[in-house]
Amino acid sequence: MTPDIEALLPLPPATFHILLALVDQERHGYAIIQDVEERTDGELRMSAGTLYRSVARMVEQGLIAEVLKRPAARLDDERRRYYRITPFGTAVARAEMARLSQLVRLARARGLTPETT
Amino acid sequence: MRGLERFYRALLYLYPASFRNEYGRALTATFVARLRDISGPAGMLRGVLAAVGDVVPNAIAAHWEILRQDMRYAGRSLRTSVGFTLTAILVIALGVGANTAAFSLADFVLLRPLPFHEPSRLVDVWESTPGYTQMEFSPANYRDMKAMTHSFAAMGAYSDRTMNLAGTGEPRHLTVGIMTPHAMPVLGVPPLLGRAITPDDSTNEQVVVLSYGLWQTQFGEDARIVGKAIRLDGEPYTVIGVMPASFAFPTREIDAWVPLLMREAFFADRSDNFLSVVARLRPGVTTQQAAADVAAVAARLEQLDPRANERTSAIVVDMRDEMSARSRMLVLALCGAALCILLLACANLASLLLARSAHRSRELAVRAALGAGRERIVRQLVTESMALALFGGIVGVAIAIAGVPVLARLVPDSLPVNGQPSVDPRVLLVAGALVVLTGLTFGVGPAIAAGRSKALDALRSGARGGARTQRLRSVLVTIEVAACVVLLVSSGLLIRAVLRIQGTDPGFRPEGVLTLRTELTGEKAALGAERVRFYDRVLQDVRALPGVERAAYMSGLPMVMGGGVWPTTLVGAPVVRDASNTVGLRFVTPQYFAAMGIPLRAGRDIADADRRESPSVAVVSESFAKRMWPNENPIGKQFTIASIPRTIVGVVGNVRVRGLERPSEPQVYVPATQLPDGMMVFYAPKDLVIRSTVPAGTILPAVRRIIASADPDQPISDVQMLTDLVARQTSSRVTQLRLLGILATIALVIAGVGIHGLLAFAVSQRSREIGVRRALGEQARSIVGRVMREGLALATAGVAIGVLVAYLAARAMGALLAGVQPGDPLTLAGAAVLCFVTAVVGCVRPAVRAASVDPITVLRGD
Repeated sequence: MTPDIEALLPLPPATFHILLALVDQERHGYAIIQDVEERTDGELRMSAGTLYRSVARMVEQGLIAEVLKRPAARLDDERRRYYRITPFGTAVARAEMARLSQLVRLARARGLTPETT
Repeated sequence: MRGLERFYRALLYLYPASFRNEYGRALTATFVARLRDISGPAGMLRGVLAAVGDVVPNAIAAHWEILRQDMRYAGRSLRTSVGFTLTAILVIALGVGANTAAFSLADFVLLRPLPFHEPSRLVDVWESTPGYTQMEFSPANYRDMKAMTHSFAAMGAYSDRTMNLAGTGEPRHLTVGIMTPHAMPVLGVPPLLGRAITPDDSTNEQVVVLSYGLWQTQFGEDARIVGKAIRLDGEPYTVIGVMPASFAFPTREIDAWVPLLMREAFFADRSDNFLSVVARLRPGVTTQQAAADVAAVAARLEQLDPRANERTSAIVVDMRDEMSARSRMLVLALCGAALCILLLACANLASLLLARSAHRSRELAVRAALGAGRERIVRQLVTESMALALFGGIVGVAIAIAGVPVLARLVPDSLPVNGQPSVDPRVLLVAGALVVLTGLTFGVGPAIAAGRSKALDALRSGARGGARTQRLRSVLVTIEVAACVVLLVSSGLLIRAVLRIQGTDPGFRPEGVLTLRTELTGEKAALGAERVRFYDRVLQDVRALPGVERAAYMSGLPMVMGGGVWPTTLVGAPVVRDASNTVGLRFVTPQYFAAMGIPLRAGRDIADADRRESPSVAVVSESFAKRMWPNENPIGKQFTIASIPRTIVGVVGNVRVRGLERPSEPQVYVPATQLPDGMMVFYAPKDLVIRSTVPAGTILPAVRRIIASADPDQPISDVQMLTDLVARQTSSRVTQLRLLGILATIALVIAGVGIHGLLAFAVSQRSREIGVRRALGEQARSIVGRVMREGLALATAGVAIGVLVAYLAARAMGALLAGVQPGDPLTLAGAAVLCFVTAVVGCVRPAVRAASVDPITVLRGD
């Protein structure tokens, strides 16, 4: 793990969710919000302000980048901005995942299960 | 839908502009998309509320993030230019600190309303005669003035005396205000406990109102003190009340108040003036109207008793203005100096920031090129300026807090306000606001201006100040030099004044003289035989102590008591009230002149043989002899004073009775034994003067024992060395001088730094031009000359303006100058030269740097 990546961990939940939303495809802001909401069964409803403040920071950190290529005009709202995950962003997402799995493994080793008995 | 979108876009203005510019449209798109998913008015409302709930906290968080970022950046940027940062903080701190301290004092002494009810309607009324503009009233004149004037809602009279408090530990000597029953109600201050003296006390003299200080120190804040009896001068007085801590009247030194009951006998003599008069103007009556009223009444009183009231008028003075011109000037001069410092500080801060902004224009241009909006850059600079102002302000407050107690020594004792001045938050706010304004104007203004011009141009060319900044810089240097000259001249004139005063011969030799006060009261004071027995016994034993050379008793030490003034006449001539025939009268025991070191010029000292039954004699000062019998031998001449003809047996040197700065009346000294029984008790000698060859500390315990054995109830007070007494004459001046000296030094340093900084900056700005000139063959010497000339031209303009302003300021503070001329050439020239030298020193380094500009490097830089 490079020190750059390590410095960013642990990721804030919103950041991790945004990275997850962008793993498979480029999305615009509102699409990210909808994706996160769907994946979490409506549990995490990110607000626009939280999203774009996170986006601003993540662009600065190099985790994601804006996509300048736009979809066909009739599908597009020209005010939308599209983002993709960067290779560095992918690496950070993997590292966070590894960190979380490690935590879960440790918990299991102590006999802890998510279900209440 | 459109309306909601507009509302949302307006809401976005809560975000920092940089964030809004970047993401505002995307945020709006998201908002609109979300609205599309919702239906119904209730859903819309929820959507809008959610948007507000989203924008507000996120906007705050975004601002906070930027602030933290900017603070970090500011910290880094200020750390990399430590010299600039420390200078700026110090300059701000000095400006804020000096002004806060000085104006807090001014507010306390000059502006704040006196702690009485409706203080603007309170006035003092004085009699005035040629020679004495403010004289107390005689009881009869006071009674008539009160009855015949119409301008006043209430009027009362007061005086003060000393009384001995016994029965609460060691006997204590109190200064007591004696008030006619109407005097305290005039002031309208409710007592803390019990009641004040009121007209109900017209028949009972044996009551007392305690000051808060006395109640605290002597009676342990006894809440049930009212109704108890205390012993004053051996008599029981019932405590009827305690005044609040803020109450001080007529001065800060009063310990308690007792009623003054007018006896019929008081009204007999209209020339027995001892009542000060305080009055409350009727609503709507001005001081001028009241003055006309009292003057008219005084004219009628003169007709009524032309002998006693000859050439006697009356005046009205606002109580707030009842302060010596000197005390007022002391404070105002300090404020003027502090303002100079603030001006210097602002000018200096401005030039520092200007230089820095030009220095950094390249850096800023780079940031702009990398995509930072103008708003972000300005915001960054605002944060930086604010950080500087904040740090400077904090240090400034510390300076003010440390400074105010020092300044408190300049509060005159005559101010009827208790307590001490403290740092005034309003003043602090104003000084702070000025600094912040300066910081913003000169820290951010140039950045905005730079942003307007093509940022990339700056990047390409390296910044060069335009003609406007050039002019601005010249103005700043001129202001700095001028303010510096003003401060230097003022301090210089005051130094000359203090030296002149300290060089004044007081007329006696204070070194090695111990004085203390034993105030006899009641019968012991009134009866001559009792008094003389006490003096004889104490003096005899004190003179026998080893190391004591001389010892004497007297009434009214010079510089402690300035008054005690009586008219004199040739025997048989009528008494004329006029400044030209008054003298200071003192009753003394033998050895007084020797103990004080007052030289005997002719004749003899007061002798033990001068008893009550022997012929009435007097020793007079040279000035008296010269006034009465110029060119004649005064010994053996006769004159009348206090209705008794006396023969002059000796002549002594003149004494500065009224202090080093004021002219004094001639002096007449009369044997203490010849003070008549029951009359002029005030003049009974109470000050013991001991000249010794050993330190005072070694004889003082023995002196205390001697006094205690002569009269066990006798308190001892006012123990002091005569040298301290004389030093106190100039102490407020010395304090002020030190302060002004410090301020002037600060000014000189700030101005020097400012001139140096500005010129160095100007040179670095013009290094290209200088490089071209060098390349074209101009000599280094010529370049040095050009830079020096430029700097010195500005310095000359500053000195010229400064000298003019300083002269006007000095004329305004004439009361402080003790006769030193405001245009004193030595001081003016000295200050001008000092400033000029500072300017030259400030010019040298930049000039040398200009000469060493390498044309190749500079030209290659393009």
